[in-house]
Amino acid sequence: MRPGNGIYRQGGSYFSSRLGLKVFRGGFVDIVPLSGKYVPVPGDEIIGTVTDITPTNWLLDINSPYPGVLHVSETPWKIDFGATARYLDIGDNVTARVLSVDESRHVQITMRDRDLKKLKGGTTVDIAASKVPRVIGKNGSMIDMLKRYSGCRIIVGRNGRIWIEGEVDKMLLLIKAIRMIDEEAQKHGLTDRVKMMLEASA
Amino acid sequence: MSMEIPEGMQLINSEGRRLDGRRPDELRPIKIEAGVLRRADGSAYVEMGKNKILAAVYGPRECHPRHLQDPTRAIVQCNYSMLSFSVDERKRPGPDRRSIEISKIIGEALEHVIFLEQFPRTSIDVYIAVLQANAGTRCAGLTAASVALADAGIPMRDLVPACAAGKIAGKVVLDLMKEEDNYGEADLPLAYIPRTGEILLLQMDGHMTQEEFERAIELAKGGCMKIYELQKEALRRRYSVAADEAMLREETREV
Repeated sequence: MRPGNGIYRQGGSYFSSRLGLKVFRGGFVDIVPLSGKYVPVPGDEIIGTVTDITPTNWLLDINSPYPGVLHVSETPWKIDFGATARYLDIGDNVTARVLSVDESRHVQITMRDRDLKKLKGGTTVDIAASKVPRVIGKNGSMIDMLKRYSGCRIIVGRNGRIWIEGEVDKMLLLIKAIRMIDEEAQKHGLTDRVKMMLEASA
Repeated sequence: MSMEIPEGMQLINSEGRRLDGRRPDELRPIKIEAGVLRRADGSAYVEMGKNKILAAVYGPRECHPRHLQDPTRAIVQCNYSMLSFSVDERKRPGPDRRSIEISKIIGEALEHVIFLEQFPRTSIDVYIAVLQANAGTRCAGLTAASVALADAGIPMRDLVPACAAGKIAGKVVLDLMKEEDNYGEADLPLAYIPRTGEILLLQMDGHMTQEEFERAIELAKGGCMKIYELQKEALRRRYSVAADEAMLREETREV
């Protein structure tokens, strides 16, 4: 057994550095935090929201303490200098991938990959990034159920931002379900309880 | 310290009981609740006797003003404020000499437990609002702030409990209330890391002999240990995690 994420060492003993659940996996002891901000990791597929535009860059809010920088050369489009705002405006949501994170946490992101795109319409919901696996569920059981009951399109970013689009009342129900998952992620029988809630409101 | 004691007031009576019936080594009743505010990243509410304190934590988030940010670590910005209705006579709102000092010492105590190097260039903002004051608000504020930080998921070495000891009517006692603070001889607020025994905050107002001082430190540490348990319990309740699946922070384990 070796110490993994969220564990620190002091005087020969190991302690948890944050509030969370202890999990054993692959010979490591990890702490899965119950709350906290998203820390960008290269390769993560995330959802970002444009907060600022320069002639060659966009700054995206990626639900983390650090803004993500998206350079024009990292988009699928051919953009003239200064024409950035015509492609992505403030408030637009995109799916993107974390390209690099340096030691002082400057985050570069990219949209140059298939499936990475601008998200038209819809709205976003933010949850703790550590709870993203619960929204997806075992083999996608939770997200399949959410899609089935709401009929909405759902895209989940690794940074805890979830984009949804569909009929307004269905979206409101879905937001309620997502909030419930965020609140009760650590409890047993979550899928069943979310199902009950969805059925009761349907 | 030591205003004129009103006629007929006995800080400790013939049976060794204090004004509110406590024994010398007893804390006031304490209530801690974690996660009471929606909009903050983490929050806590603490009642310690008649003290009522709210703490909210934001962050780690982008540091404003920009010139304060540190490229190697996070900074802690702490704001302690007593609300205008927190005391008998209306308090003029806004920062004053005392609250600036308390903000500084609480912020510095927290800096020593948070893993700041994990979040370069950011700021962790802690807001402490005293809704009702009855002596010992800096300790209750720090107790609340550390629960709020844990609730916000910020990595820390340990929770920080804090409480005061002091000297009243010639005796060393734990956790002074307002009358005891006003008419007593000394007050000694203390915060420390229970696991390592490191002291994070220590102040003294008034006079004590060295023996009394040492006795007061021991008493305050004992009080802190009790508060520490209540802090952990509050966090457990917040997430109502069944005991078997819970790994609450700071539980020692040899790996």
